[in-house]
Amino acid sequence: MLKLESVSVSFPTAGGVIQPVDKVSLEVEKGGRHVLIGETGSGKSVLLTSLLGLSGGEITGHIFWKNRELAGLPETEYAKIRGREIAYIPQNGAGSLNPLMKIGRQIGEPLQVHRGASRKEALAAAVEALRELDFQSPEYWARQYPHRLSGGMRQRVLVAMGTIAGGELLLADEPTKGLDTDRREEVARRFRQFPGTALLCVTHDLEFARAVGERISVLYAGQIVETAPAAAFFDAPLHPYAKSMIRSLPEHGFQSAKGFAPSHRDYGGLGCRFAERCPEAGDACGKSPPLLQFGERQVRCWYAAGSE
Amino acid sequence: MLLEASKLTKRYSAGGFTLHETDLHLDAGETVGIFGKSGSGKTTLANLLAGILPVNSGTLRWNGEIVRYPFRGELRRTVQMVYQHPEEAFDPLWSLRQSLLEPYRIHKVPFDEAEFVQRLAQVGLYEEHLSRRPGALSGGELQRAALARVMSMAPKLLILDEPVSMLDAVSRAQVLQILRDYQRQHRTAYLFITHDPAVMRCLCSRCYFLENGSVVKEEKVGA
Repeated sequence: MLKLESVSVSFPTAGGVIQPVDKVSLEVEKGGRHVLIGETGSGKSVLLTSLLGLSGGEITGHIFWKNRELAGLPETEYAKIRGREIAYIPQNGAGSLNPLMKIGRQIGEPLQVHRGASRKEALAAAVEALRELDFQSPEYWARQYPHRLSGGMRQRVLVAMGTIAGGELLLADEPTKGLDTDRREEVARRFRQFPGTALLCVTHDLEFARAVGERISVLYAGQIVETAPAAAFFDAPLHPYAKSMIRSLPEHGFQSAKGFAPSHRDYGGLGCRFAERCPEAGDACGKSPPLLQFGERQVRCWYAAGSE
Repeated sequence: MLLEASKLTKRYSAGGFTLHETDLHLDAGETVGIFGKSGSGKTTLANLLAGILPVNSGTLRWNGEIVRYPFRGELRRTVQMVYQHPEEAFDPLWSLRQSLLEPYRIHKVPFDEAEFVQRLAQVGLYEEHLSRRPGALSGGELQRAALARVMSMAPKLLILDEPVSMLDAVSRAQVLQILRDYQRQHRTAYLFITHDPAVMRCLCSRCYFLENGSVVKEEKVGA
């Protein structure tokens, strides 16, 4: 349904052109749930906003939505797809809500705009959505303005708003940011509830990715380094960076990989971008590995075959 | 003994106790946990021990001498605190560099640019981060910056109030690693407040369990 072929996004800056997304290819099937895991600076938010034509960067490669090319689509055409077919949950809970509109009205608005619902119907659906996301006395909260809500509540309001009109694809940017464990589980449950809606979610929350994803891709320094079915991935990731992520979980004693992820400015070099932090690096790593196919999985590592 | 608290009591209003006759002690270089649910009085205890809040009764001794709120002079530099929400620990309108330089001015610590840059590199922050405001940095980057900021004051005691609970798995592991490495080099005592048993076991050698404002148990943990 959504197909990305070698999508790169670049921006001109004072220090030269930067390319936070580098030749990303992936597919989301109808009703499928794909989670992109990456740290801050891995390019995941730029990728999502680029799919909506909102990043402002220069896009090369192809973005197919139901066999129609989105890259380079005029804004008037994009506007018909955005919100109606493809919904988006932005990251910033406080900055993404209208401070002058009551919560219930804001959540119901997509139903009015895209589905022709009456104001009353939209409000009733909004109250129901709040109830499902574990708001105590949802009728009360529906009548409040955003400033009355905590950060976690605002985040859940964005989730309600993004899922209420039941579009065909939902793009979600860090939907669990700032939420505690119980709240994250509610968001995960909400995402699993819509069998007709496909999901492409970017997050750095591994536990959430495990709860929601059917397929997982890991993004490092703008490139996908591994794509795999979720169960196989969490069972045994193949890329050394993905392995280091899993080792950072509590059950593995919070182990931390050497060093820190690079920033957009110095992705450069011809070799593997993870090589200098990699415990398994060898002679081959001076040359950038392509995504290699291993059954259902793709891994960007020369040595992945040996670690299977 | 570096820090000894006896019968610390705190009430915020005429009602019940937030903290009731709490005893606690800590040696130099030791990592002690304070474990409890939200509302158990963890943060209040941290604020009393850091000299940020006055006690209603009880005494606090630092190297055997009685100390009182508010901490002044040298003590204010040697006891440092790191908070749960890194984005709230920085002035939103200041560049990261401005925020990191402020304690040097307040505590009149001589500033050395080379040392400053090296300390930041140890927590994965570089020149390009320094000109940004907190809004343009991630939670993990800000918490690492907060660590660099308190470490630059060479504290004897770091009070860490849920420093990793808002971070993703990768950043959490990085922050815990930075804390372990720093303690190995400097023998700084840590008072580590958490509600996460796995995090507690990973860092602490001894732990106080707090419930409804009272210590109900003190226990060695295998760290």
